[in-house]
Amino acid sequence: MKKTILSLAAAAAVMSFGTVAAEAKVKACWVYVGPIGDFGYSYQHHQGLLQAKEKFGDELETAYLESVPEGADAERAIERFARSGCNIIFATSFGFMDPTNKVAGKFPDVKFEHATGYKREHPNVATYNSKFHEGRYIQGVIAAKESKAGVAGYIASFPIPEVVMGINAFMLGAQSVNPDFKVKVVWANTWFDAGKEADAAKALIDQGVDIITQHTDSTAPMQVATERGIKAFGQASDMIKFGPTTQLTSIVDDWGPYYIERIQEVIDGTWKQSDIWGGMKEGHVVMAAYANMSDDAKKLAEETEAKIKSGSFNPFTGPVAKQDGTEWLKAGEVAEDGVLLGMNFYVKGVDDKLPQ
Amino acid sequence: MRIELVKRPERSQLFAAFSPFIALGLTLIAGAIMFTVLGKNPVEALYYYFIDPLREVWSLHELAVKAAPLILIAVGLSICFLSNNWNIGAEGQFIMGAIAGSILPVMFPEFQSWIVLPLMLLMGIAGGALYGAIPAYLKVRFNTNEILTSLMLVYVAQLFLDWMVRGPWRNPEGMNFPETRTFSPSAVLPEIWSASGRANWGFVFAIVTAVALWFMLSRTLRGFEVQVLGQSPRAGKFAGFSQSRMVFFAFLVAGGLAGLAGISEVSGAIGQLRPTISPGYGFAAIIVAFLGRLNPLGIIAAGLVLALSYLGGEAAQISIGVSDKVVRAFQGMLLFFVLACDTLILYRIRFVGSSAAKTVEATQNV
Repeated sequence: MKKTILSLAAAAAVMSFGTVAAEAKVKACWVYVGPIGDFGYSYQHHQGLLQAKEKFGDELETAYLESVPEGADAERAIERFARSGCNIIFATSFGFMDPTNKVAGKFPDVKFEHATGYKREHPNVATYNSKFHEGRYIQGVIAAKESKAGVAGYIASFPIPEVVMGINAFMLGAQSVNPDFKVKVVWANTWFDAGKEADAAKALIDQGVDIITQHTDSTAPMQVATERGIKAFGQASDMIKFGPTTQLTSIVDDWGPYYIERIQEVIDGTWKQSDIWGGMKEGHVVMAAYANMSDDAKKLAEETEAKIKSGSFNPFTGPVAKQDGTEWLKAGEVAEDGVLLGMNFYVKGVDDKLPQ
Repeated sequence: MRIELVKRPERSQLFAAFSPFIALGLTLIAGAIMFTVLGKNPVEALYYYFIDPLREVWSLHELAVKAAPLILIAVGLSICFLSNNWNIGAEGQFIMGAIAGSILPVMFPEFQSWIVLPLMLLMGIAGGALYGAIPAYLKVRFNTNEILTSLMLVYVAQLFLDWMVRGPWRNPEGMNFPETRTFSPSAVLPEIWSASGRANWGFVFAIVTAVALWFMLSRTLRGFEVQVLGQSPRAGKFAGFSQSRMVFFAFLVAGGLAGLAGISEVSGAIGQLRPTISPGYGFAAIIVAFLGRLNPLGIIAAGLVLALSYLGGEAAQISIGVSDKVVRAFQGMLLFFVLACDTLILYRIRFVGSSAAKTVEATQNV
């Protein structure tokens, strides 16, 4: 019995290898930290894959691995792709940083792209990230316009610079409308856990917030907000399906344009190491339709978006004070990227103690 | 009509030996049905699951990397389970071992010498063992349920690790990201045969430990004590064996081995501490322990099989596009069939008609 299964398997393998003769010019591979069904972060990266696939058609072969744990497994997943003939590999989570660099050293002919990290130890490693905080500033503006309680709830994942930056941008956006606005933060300590995120949302609502925003990836907070009849912001993707009367807007990560650009460069042979931090201007961060809000708030949101898009306004422009009241940015001073990318302090007004 | 399990008068030695293979076979059949329902070619899918990862040398290395912590933890757990101590907290002991073992490379990175690595391993073992001693102490002293205490201590350990890498142990040159500095070369567990892949000495530890514990269980008085106290505490008492000392022994061994697995994983496969260092090895090892029938040598095979299912899951995801959820479903089926087969060795199923059931109840009432 076992023998027959083995020989059948071998036969099937031969047949399947025989059929993989499609002439793809280039193979691009993605490693996701979450499931593509999260309707958040990994889902959006997968949308980028689909966009690239549509654009290049038969010229491009794609593959992906979802729910790859950060740690020893990531290196195996990345190496597997490098060995299986991928020409360019997108490792889409911060925790894949060291594994990506390790594998890149072994496969100098393969291009590696690491999202949200800062290490480029080999010439074949590039990094990319998006200025999500630009969208969070707009959310802050909307929250301050729409909230009656004057306090919003923020479901945060982990106290890494990107998340802290988002909270601060939200706070500054809100303060630009209402200087006394407050933000309450709950650390869910997860990127994707519908149960924990829902609990966090309930806890925040019980503390009197009437708007919820999240830096975690599930749609659970949106659904809780809908049940309790308050408003919320989506995360990473357009979550309007999950809260048709709840979602004010959502920051949509549009990775497609970047992926298409980089894959094209691999095809053309012009790919070079780079460190891209694209925002609304580059089309990497897009706002979902403004809905469920007053015309006034919508108008202000659109104006703010236009200012950021044109490049004439940076959310982190002084005067800004740190949480303890000391000055951080002088009037008119714009924060340096380096400081933002290592941000580990709150701005004034955030009602939380940053976990250190 | 209802179904009853009736104890068999004697168990078949033949089926006892073959039960894991029958379970594996049933899993393959159920898996094939699952793939067919998903619209995939079942033969191709099973090929990618169980054969493809064995075709290349680097992949065999990865198999060893994945199996090492599973085997190390599971052989320790087998001592616990055989002696009737339900240690569900190996995940926490794994993490605490990793933290204790990382004290030297994180706090004293300038200290580089050949002695660093042995010290790290010893501290890892000590960390895991001491953490395992907590539920043991609570059980002996206060008669608490060790299933609950050991499980809850897992969450404590996870949050403690999380706090350490975000706070006191955060890499000063790491842009505030939550991870420690990377270990210096003298603190990295060497690869066994680095020319062909990255399997490290953790796998050797696992095999040596499994063989040693097999010898202890089957050939020494201490092993006999474990079995007697597990199967019949009263008989053990009459033989002069101490129940409470056995509780400590089992938890210290299991905790120490989980700790060794933890520091080996961090030092060998990851190279630094991160907020999460284990994709649930401590829990998966429970499956491995039972799949290996609580026999250390069986556990080596079981650890390799489970590791293979992870690797195969990846291969199948890439090659035929099945979701990673299928891997979990597969592992769940494997455990289900193993436990079901074991149950059927000891018991047989009897269908009881409704009239017969009434008679049974009537006799019980008398």
